[in-house]
Amino acid sequence: MSGWWWPLRGYSARVDPASSAAALAGRTRLTRLNRVDRVASRALRWLALLGALIVSLGLLAIVYQVITGASLALHRFGPGFVGRQQWSPATNQFGALTLLYGTLVTSVFGVAIAAVLGVAIGLFLSLMAPRRVAAVVGPLVEMLAAIPSVVLGLVGIYLIAPFALHNIEAPLHRAFGFIPLFGPPGTVGNSDFTASLVLVIMVVPIIAALTRDIFLTVPRELRDGAEALGATRWEMIRGVVLSTTPSGVVVACILGFGRAIGEAIAVTQVIGNITQVSANLFARGDTLASLIANQFLTPVSALHTASMFYLGMVLFTLELSTILLARYVSRNFGRRQWA
Amino acid sequence: MTPSGTPPEAARSPTQAGPATTPSPRLRLSSGAASYPVSQASDRPWRPAADVVFCAEEVGVSYGAKRAVRNITLDIHRNEATAFIGPSGCGKTTVLRCLNRMNDSIPGFGLYGSLRYHGHDLYAPGVNRVEVRRRIGMVFQKPNPFPKSIFDNVAWAPRNLGMKADLDERVERALRAAALWDEVKDRLKASALGLSGGQQQRLCIARAIAIEPDVLLLDEPASALDPIATASIEELVHDLKTRYTIVIVTHNMQQAMRVADRTAFFSLDRDQIGTLIEYDRTERIFSQPADQRTRDYITGRFG
Amino acid sequence: MGVSGDADPSFALTPSGNLRRRLAVSRALVAATVLAAGVAVGVLIILVYFVAQRGASRLSLGFLTKALPLVSFGAVSGGIGPAIAGTVEIVLISTVIALPVGVLAAIYLTEFATARVAKPVETVLEVLSGLPTIIAGIFVSALLVTQSAYAAGVALAIVQVPLIARTSAESLRRVPEALGEAADALGIARWRTLTGIILPTAAGGIVTATILAIARAAGETAPVLFTSSAFGTPYQLNPTQQVPNLPVEIYNLANSQDPAAIADAWGAAFLLIVLILLANVGARLWLRHSERKRGL
Repeated sequence: MSGWWWPLRGYSARVDPASSAAALAGRTRLTRLNRVDRVASRALRWLALLGALIVSLGLLAIVYQVITGASLALHRFGPGFVGRQQWSPATNQFGALTLLYGTLVTSVFGVAIAAVLGVAIGLFLSLMAPRRVAAVVGPLVEMLAAIPSVVLGLVGIYLIAPFALHNIEAPLHRAFGFIPLFGPPGTVGNSDFTASLVLVIMVVPIIAALTRDIFLTVPRELRDGAEALGATRWEMIRGVVLSTTPSGVVVACILGFGRAIGEAIAVTQVIGNITQVSANLFARGDTLASLIANQFLTPVSALHTASMFYLGMVLFTLELSTILLARYVSRNFGRRQWA
Repeated sequence: MTPSGTPPEAARSPTQAGPATTPSPRLRLSSGAASYPVSQASDRPWRPAADVVFCAEEVGVSYGAKRAVRNITLDIHRNEATAFIGPSGCGKTTVLRCLNRMNDSIPGFGLYGSLRYHGHDLYAPGVNRVEVRRRIGMVFQKPNPFPKSIFDNVAWAPRNLGMKADLDERVERALRAAALWDEVKDRLKASALGLSGGQQQRLCIARAIAIEPDVLLLDEPASALDPIATASIEELVHDLKTRYTIVIVTHNMQQAMRVADRTAFFSLDRDQIGTLIEYDRTERIFSQPADQRTRDYITGRFG
Repeated sequence: MGVSGDADPSFALTPSGNLRRRLAVSRALVAATVLAAGVAVGVLIILVYFVAQRGASRLSLGFLTKALPLVSFGAVSGGIGPAIAGTVEIVLISTVIALPVGVLAAIYLTEFATARVAKPVETVLEVLSGLPTIIAGIFVSALLVTQSAYAAGVALAIVQVPLIARTSAESLRRVPEALGEAADALGIARWRTLTGIILPTAAGGIVTATILAIARAAGETAPVLFTSSAFGTPYQLNPTQQVPNLPVEIYNLANSQDPAAIADAWGAAFLLIVLILLANVGARLWLRHSERKRGL
């Protein structure tokens, strides 16, 4: 403990509260130090405020710059940009629809799989695993989130895409080819589906960690109460864990979705980069973020660049809505039902 | 053979003296020669006394290397209320929770000796914890209603057990038996968390008896309640023991005197380990205790 | 099954009624959660193994120090020395920006802000931490126009600041209030309490957050792709110019058709992944160590 007190040594630590008023009045050394203290305290407060201001103004600057960057496309296409299907730099025709579609398809599909896996892992870590096992598995799952997206994309190209093509896409197409969703796969495995798989790997650790923390908040008494009534482990989980935390699980999935829509690099490496709307999950596609990653450095026109900023705006709006939605859900349905 | 998700034998101490020390040979022995006495801890064979629900012989509990309770030998009789009294930290609740295996999930938990329920070794390898708790219900110190409606609190366990016929009637019966029906019959769909503490505790009792258990374990059920609610719980215990075997842990000696047919006095022995000092009919324990420590405790000289 | 001849069979403790079916359902679902955890850990192991198998053999002193050849001829390939140096440089710039801003914002949130002011600032941090990193990239490229190590540092700082600020705020909040109050009661000035008591107590969490933020920034591609896209250049450390860096190098090498280039990509990916995973493990151990020291 003594180490923490070094700036106080020889001064305040010895000041007795009862006599400090008299000491302040009497001794000039203390008055001078008092002035230093006042200035330093005020400076620290201003510095801290500055830090908060930089952060807040930074976000405003991002919003401003992205809108400014998009202004050319905003003037040209207006809000109808979102509903335009064509993205053709060669003819200077731009619209966000295909990319919005690709973003939503890959993210919804990816989060759907990740939600099942992530909630199961959350349950395992919070309620099933012995403490020592959870202490090892938990960090390992979280480490999945630490793998850089560019490395995940590299593995995506050489492992996940071929694997998905030969072991999932082709068999599913053969068996259920009559469903448009499972159309003919491509030749190397670049597809919306492969992108979803990559997103699953990114989102699972997020949902697992968030749901684990939520499940741990369910009071032990409730779990004991359920088990004392002759409930099986699963009945206990369904009856007093999942049923008391639905909003938390939903919020975890929404936040995972927010992560999925924003991923650019790994997705652009495996999705095939073709702007088309296709019901076929196994066809190549593109997303808002992956198109920006792929084309931003090589624009063919100013309008092309502006349109990509416009895509950025759409992406930012989507992200903002997921955050607001998550807040809304946790505020309105997330009341702790126990106290 | 172990119940779902139980850390199977890991939770039990390897030095356990009870029958299940080494589960696999034990299993062979009992299936091959069922007429042998079960317990290896005791030389006495099981005494077939029809009214004995629990028979504990030399039961001890440890958590890891730490011994919590030892030398518990007592019989708990059918359709009686048995009270566990004694100073705090002497293992009353620990022993109570052994009776329906609520301690199993505590890391390091190990049980010694033999603990039988109607002659069945409670800790034998084939025993299923879920089945144990379905027969031996428990109500906790702090009322813990589920964050569901009053009706669903009571109906939850019967639904799990597949007792879906006449569910409304079953719920009403349980609530009536817990002396709660008149207070809640008009708001069965309201949240159970809106009830007062005493009502919540009676709801927990209703919840436990809705599945018609054999035994009710009550762990200081009134300690978090005001005197009026306490009185209603005590009255309830009186009514319930005609149909259930009740074991109640209490700090309150008057309570034990009022509700219990038999009383077990627990205290710490000279090594500071919880143990059973004296067990007898309640009136004897409180009028002419055999042990000096019991006398000191009930006269307020200790604890 | 543990039943003696004297036991009452109507009280048998083996599953009765519908319990067998219920236990089967329960066990199946419990097994499913174990399986899910196994899948996640398995995927991690497969990923690391796959990268190690292809990349570990590339690691050599030459690979780690030399530059990539301007034109790759089959088996002749160079190294990622300049990219390593560049990554260190831009992450350093970024951390120098993000650490003070993040910690100060956290101090403001926890020590000075009223609830009404804290709320919007927290919202800003939440939005920033969810901000698609590609937007950080296009923002800085629009803001600073020319590419440079500085630009890349700013873009990465946008990723780091919310990480550092939120985790620091959390560990500042965990400093027992009694510590600060005791100091206030002694009439000790606020800044002395903060720098002498509260910050040192929260230091473990702040250091952990910083290590994790550094690891995160070192692997981020999207923010640097448009702000420092140099690739395959010789050593270049002038911060006003673009500098090569590992993520962009991997991204470009991976798109190549040349097997030697792809081998280089694996080598660089292996290096990156090992460093980042080590940093993560290190950060966790550090946190545990510092929390134990403080008895938290």
